[in-house]
Amino acid sequence: MRDYAATGAPPESLSVGNSSDVVMARQLVRTLAQRTGLSLVHQTKLVTAASELGRNMLIHGGGGIVRAATVDDAGRTGVYVEFEDRGPGIADIELALTDGWTSGDGMGLGLSGARRLVDEFGIESGPDGTTVRIVKWGR
Amino acid sequence: MPVATDSNTQRLVETLTARRDVFVGQWADTVGEALQGRLSAAELGRELGELYEAVLQGLASGGLSGRGEAFGEVRSLLIELSRNRARQGFTPTETARSVFALKEVLEPSLTGDAEGARVYLQLARLLDDLGLLTAEAYVRTREEIISSQAEQLLELSTPVVKLWDGVVGVPLVGTLDSARTQVVMEKLLQTLVDSDSTHAIIDITGVPTVDTQVAQHLLKTVLAARMMGAQCTISGIRPQIAQTIVALGIEFGDVPTIASLSDALRQAVKEVAQEADDDVRGLL
Ligand SMILES: Nc1ncnc2c1ncn2[C@@H]1O[C@H](COP(=O)(O)OP(=O)(O)OP(=O)(O)O)[C@@H](O)[C@H]1O
Ligand SMILES: [Mg+2]
Repeated sequence: MRDYAATGAPPESLSVGNSSDVVMARQLVRTLAQRTGLSLVHQTKLVTAASELGRNMLIHGGGGIVRAATVDDAGRTGVYVEFEDRGPGIADIELALTDGWTSGDGMGLGLSGARRLVDEFGIESGPDGTTVRIVKWGR
Repeated sequence: MPVATDSNTQRLVETLTARRDVFVGQWADTVGEALQGRLSAAELGRELGELYEAVLQGLASGGLSGRGEAFGEVRSLLIELSRNRARQGFTPTETARSVFALKEVLEPSLTGDAEGARVYLQLARLLDDLGLLTAEAYVRTREEIISSQAEQLLELSTPVVKLWDGVVGVPLVGTLDSARTQVVMEKLLQTLVDSDSTHAIIDITGVPTVDTQVAQHLLKTVLAARMMGAQCTISGIRPQIAQTIVALGIEFGDVPTIASLSDALRQAVKEVAQEADDDVRGLL
């Protein structure tokens, strides 16, 4: 995945420390998606992915920062969102991305589902934390 | 903190006792003026009179520390006062001033000589402490009021209505978090019982995002309704939500999902009629 954080408009950021922050993050992403002119279906998919990743960051990563920005690439416009936490990290990313796998009592569909909902998906994780980056492109 | 000597409190107690009526009267006037008649003079007089008496008792039993044992009665009166003020919509400043005003009243009478000034300072410290206590109690009450309002709002925003004979509807609006789900579930089950209904329709037209958490909560609600023997349908799944749910990988299993609330209602009404028919047939 390209380093979109370096391109495009400077990101808007929001720190997530409780569940109402997740709602705020969702609203931030929705606003950007609307401004970018994403179709209703794409908006909904992106916002839902952001909801999953924001909540993962809160529940599994102990909170973190969401950054979102509009990005351009080869004539198309999209929305880039980054979720960075300083939590324990994901020991086995492959496993975490398996449908139905959860270390808690969730459905285990958040991470894998979010990947299916967006166009680009990158994940880095280590003992110092986890960063997930996603992009949803407009037409 | 300097420990109050007996002579300190003695002088105070004497002065406060001797001029009780004058001081209470002035105190009530000062406070009444600040509250601009929003509290009746009689009520204020009674309230502050009681408080004055309790402060006097506290001082007499040898204390100048507001958090000490001698001032237990004062503290409970103050908490009561703050709670009332908070409920009546007075500001925290107005509330704390009810206590601080006593300083203004006593200052001219006590600070005539050096000994009196020293006593006054100690009393002032006590009253400052009691003023803070008032503010704390005020804030606590406001918090209670706010959280109970939030609860009421939650209740109001999750209406459960009887749509038809035997059919209950739950039009959800907004986010479905754990607290909300709990309220919805309890209200749904209660309404099912109260209205003797066998069908429930949960409408999610007003839910902007259906993610794994919302889905899990929906399924939990459906399960609860089923355990009461009710049939449950989820309606109001807009096309973009349907596509998103599929991509996420969420399956509602054997829970029927119907696009519009009216279709879901039509279906439920038909089933209720069918059941009634079956019941009659069973009796024959
Ligand atoms: N930011 C993170 N930090 C640490 N672990 C994570 C993080 N995100 C995900 N995980 C791990 O990956 C697992 C799978 O995540 P996923 O979102 O798919 O499921 P879930 O959060 O358990 O349940 P849900 O379906 O409700 O989202 C989690 O159970 C958790 O162990
Ligand atoms: Mg998750």
